Amino acid sequence: MGLLDQEFLDDNIIVTRTEDLLNWARLSSLWQLGFGLACCAIEMMATSASHYDFDRFGVIPRASPRQADIIIISGTVTLKMALRIKRLYEQMPDPKYIISMGSCANSGGPYWEHGYHVLKGIDRVIPVDVYVPGCPPRPEALLEGLLKLQEKIRSESLRKKV
Amino acid sequence: MKSIEEICNILKDKFPDYEIQLNTEYSTDNFLILKSENLFEIALFLRDNEETLFDSLMVLSGVDDANGEKKKEEDGSETINGGTLSVFYHLYSIKLKHKLTLKVSSPRENPEIVSVSSIWLTADWHEREAYDMYGIRFLNHPDLRRILMPYDWEGYPLRKDYKNPEFYQGMKIPY
Repeated sequence: MGLLDQEFLDDNIIVTRTEDLLNWARLSSLWQLGFGLACCAIEMMATSASHYDFDRFGVIPRASPRQADIIIISGTVTLKMALRIKRLYEQMPDPKYIISMGSCANSGGPYWEHGYHVLKGIDRVIPVDVYVPGCPPRPEALLEGLLKLQEKIRSESLRKKV
Repeated sequence: MKSIEEICNILKDKFPDYEIQLNTEYSTDNFLILKSENLFEIALFLRDNEETLFDSLMVLSGVDDANGEKKKEEDGSETINGGTLSVFYHLYSIKLKHKLTLKVSSPRENPEIVSVSSIWLTADWHEREAYDMYGIRFLNHPDLRRILMPYDWEGYPLRKDYKNPEFYQGMKIPY
């Protein structure tokens, strides 16, 4: 991790790299856009609730894309909704991250062949950082996806988003 | 509580000139087949007459009868010419506890059926859905827009000869 490289005798000083500090701050408070689509959103809400407690990873739902760092695409993305998701994504400030949750958001899921109204994977519209498989994924799987995303952010550099 | 035969007889007594046909050939509930031009008057009568009192429209749904001339295209898809599109009305009387199903058909090339949304408000959104999915136009409807698909969508997805478009607003649709 590299945050606590050296500790001085004075207990208020820690020496670290700027990059590590920024990454640590980012990955520890991933504010989430309060946005749900289908049955996956029910699991996402369960993940937020007390039993699984998303909050302990710093994930707090925000009502506005302007305050959000991460958007979890939790459910079936219809073509009509895809345009709105794209706009929400564009309204989020950088750095921003996307978790694609469940089969529908990953690839269209059960609608892959006959879903005339379904976008076959949210990655056709916006770039995805982590895919969580499942239909719907259990809260444990979504937590795993979030930990994967944190791992990814931890290795980011200041110059370029990984 | 009245059976569909009794209701059919009441209607035939009241409207001797109208074509009202009782269909019993399916294993589902029997239903009455009406002419589109008589629908509004009969529906209003069914709601207000004391013997029927159909105060509730449970559901209104479009159907593609696919009874026209079918033609195979080179790419394996199918087009249908002629035939009819239909609308089924499922009525229920909360006071008298009886049910009735009506069917009205309209030609596929120019499907127009008079709206019953001024009789049962339930019909408002259901007719918009039937319009959205089958392209059936409901005359005198107060606000006949698509209800589920985007307003700029082309075609009517639940028709049997519907073909998926390749793109919508720059997004590829097929897998």
